[in-house]
Amino acid sequence: MAVFALFAFLAVASAMVVVTHRNPVYSVMSLVVTLISLAVMFVLLGAPFLAALQVLVYTGAILVLFLFVIMLLNIEREAPGGGHKLQKLGAALAALVFAGLLATWFVAAQGAVEPVPLDAEAVALVPLARHLFSTYLLPFEIVGVLLLAAVIAATALARRGGTSVGEDEA
Amino acid sequence: MVPLSWYLLLSALLFAIGAVGALWRRNAITIFLSIELMLNSVNLSLVAYARILAVRTGELAAAHTGQVIVFFVLAVAAAEAAVGLALFIAVYRNRRTIDVNRQDLMRW
Amino acid sequence: MSFGIVATLGKLAAWLTVLLATAPIMLWVERRGSALIQDRRGPNRVGPLGLFQGLADAVKFLFKEDIVPAGADRPLYLLAPILALVPALTTFVVIPFGPVVEVGGRAVNLIVAGVDTGVLLLLALASLGVYSLVMAGYSSNNKYSLLGAVRASAQMISYELALTLSVVAVLIPVGSFRLDEVVAAQQGTWFGFVPQWNVAPQIVGFIVFLVAAFAETNRLPFDLPEAESELVAGYHTEYSSMKFALFFMGEYMSMATLSALAATLYFGGWHLPGIDYSGPWAWVALKGLTVLVAKIAVFMLFFVWVRWSFPRFRFDQLMRLGWKVLLPLAIFNLVAIAALTVAGVL
Repeated sequence: MAVFALFAFLAVASAMVVVTHRNPVYSVMSLVVTLISLAVMFVLLGAPFLAALQVLVYTGAILVLFLFVIMLLNIEREAPGGGHKLQKLGAALAALVFAGLLATWFVAAQGAVEPVPLDAEAVALVPLARHLFSTYLLPFEIVGVLLLAAVIAATALARRGGTSVGEDEA
Repeated sequence: MVPLSWYLLLSALLFAIGAVGALWRRNAITIFLSIELMLNSVNLSLVAYARILAVRTGELAAAHTGQVIVFFVLAVAAAEAAVGLALFIAVYRNRRTIDVNRQDLMRW
Repeated sequence: MSFGIVATLGKLAAWLTVLLATAPIMLWVERRGSALIQDRRGPNRVGPLGLFQGLADAVKFLFKEDIVPAGADRPLYLLAPILALVPALTTFVVIPFGPVVEVGGRAVNLIVAGVDTGVLLLLALASLGVYSLVMAGYSSNNKYSLLGAVRASAQMISYELALTLSVVAVLIPVGSFRLDEVVAAQQGTWFGFVPQWNVAPQIVGFIVFLVAAFAETNRLPFDLPEAESELVAGYHTEYSSMKFALFFMGEYMSMATLSALAATLYFGGWHLPGIDYSGPWAWVALKGLTVLVAKIAVFMLFFVWVRWSFPRFRFDQLMRLGWKVLLPLAIFNLVAIAALTVAGVL
């Protein structure tokens, strides 16, 4: 209970910082906190494998890549003001709709499932692995191909002179 | 023990924050980060639903299905981030900014 | 307090003693080692053989002026050195230092966190180490620091792939992420005296692991993020006093953890054939810990030896080595090990 409360608070607070801070480096750092809190949630929900993977893949690789690009492009703080009126309206609307949905959820969640304590069987890795490599073998292979395609695409896109447009044109 | 539906509430909250961020901000990096946030909130709801299903049916296979989906989401997110960030570099090289408001040409 | 908590605290204490002793000892070993290799004397004024040099350095660090550069990003600047210690002080929890012993009629596994995700957790926590470097470099408001941070992030992501793949190759024949099971699988002997360590079948993986470990700990020949001839001191150029000391300690402690991982994955961990692991639990634990520390020490000496023997790589050479040599080697090794495992050879 206390663990959930602490990390839920951390997740929400850091998520707020992610979307509000003007310095993208702080946004990335806050997202690291959010993702680690979510990893704790995964452990609480009986998915320690996903928790470790979340930290390894997301915070350990993807967000480091973000930082790398931010530093490489020397992106500065976002200037205040500006922006589309329509988009801000949309954002406010999205927030409102979600507030509405949350309210509905509060009403609907009365008959929620009672949690049962996790046993060793629930967090065991072998059945999960068996599932992954039998039932979901084809998607697994497809994801492998997708990752290869992404690597090739990223290299092609980021290569200097890879596009037909010269650098000095901007 | 926390009621399992609380995880769904947290997930919805995070998704809302991410959605607002993606619409409100103009820095492409921050927008991308907001999208990652939304992606992760969905991951949380998937794992939570998987757990709920496992508790309800008493079958662990149900929980594993949800976790496998999250595994795939992680893999696809990695691919997406690699391509997305490469795009940012390409755009920055041409336009010297990644402010989305300044990306207003269909061609150049 | 319950028995389990006391046992965990005891195991933590044993590990932390080893890790915290690493930095001052390594400080001396590195100085004297480099002096030996370069045919100099090295520190020899403080204490016999200069043994208390570490102590003198600690005092110096404590009394140096603590500088925060003008224009530094203060929160990140202050947070970075603390984060440098986080991976070093957390990853060891999944490394076993002894067998399951019986304490007062209850079985205690000599591993702080005996979780199924084992080495995966270690890799995850270790991958957080790069944030400290990047934050330090970014927040210092110094171009050399920033360049160091850019280099660090690229280097860490690149070499993590090869490192992880070589670790996975060890896990395939064992069929578990748990490092205590990896140790258990290496306890036999060939011809009665050659220990059945993974380093023999996994020699390719071991070489990849070792090279990647140098890159992950930013040690020469891969210390590009802090290359002193190009970047002053890279990401920690602007740090002084105890903050600098924390980076220093973090580096040595990460070396110790990676050495412990290498010893556990490839050299039988706490186990050594010929040693009798029975008797009272404290005695067994001490034997296990001593063997493991001895193996760690061998790796640490190797780290020092390599550092003072090789010149630094250029950055494009580093990237080429990582992506075009180590990664294909690691993948090849992984596939070969998997095939051999399926064929029943391993």
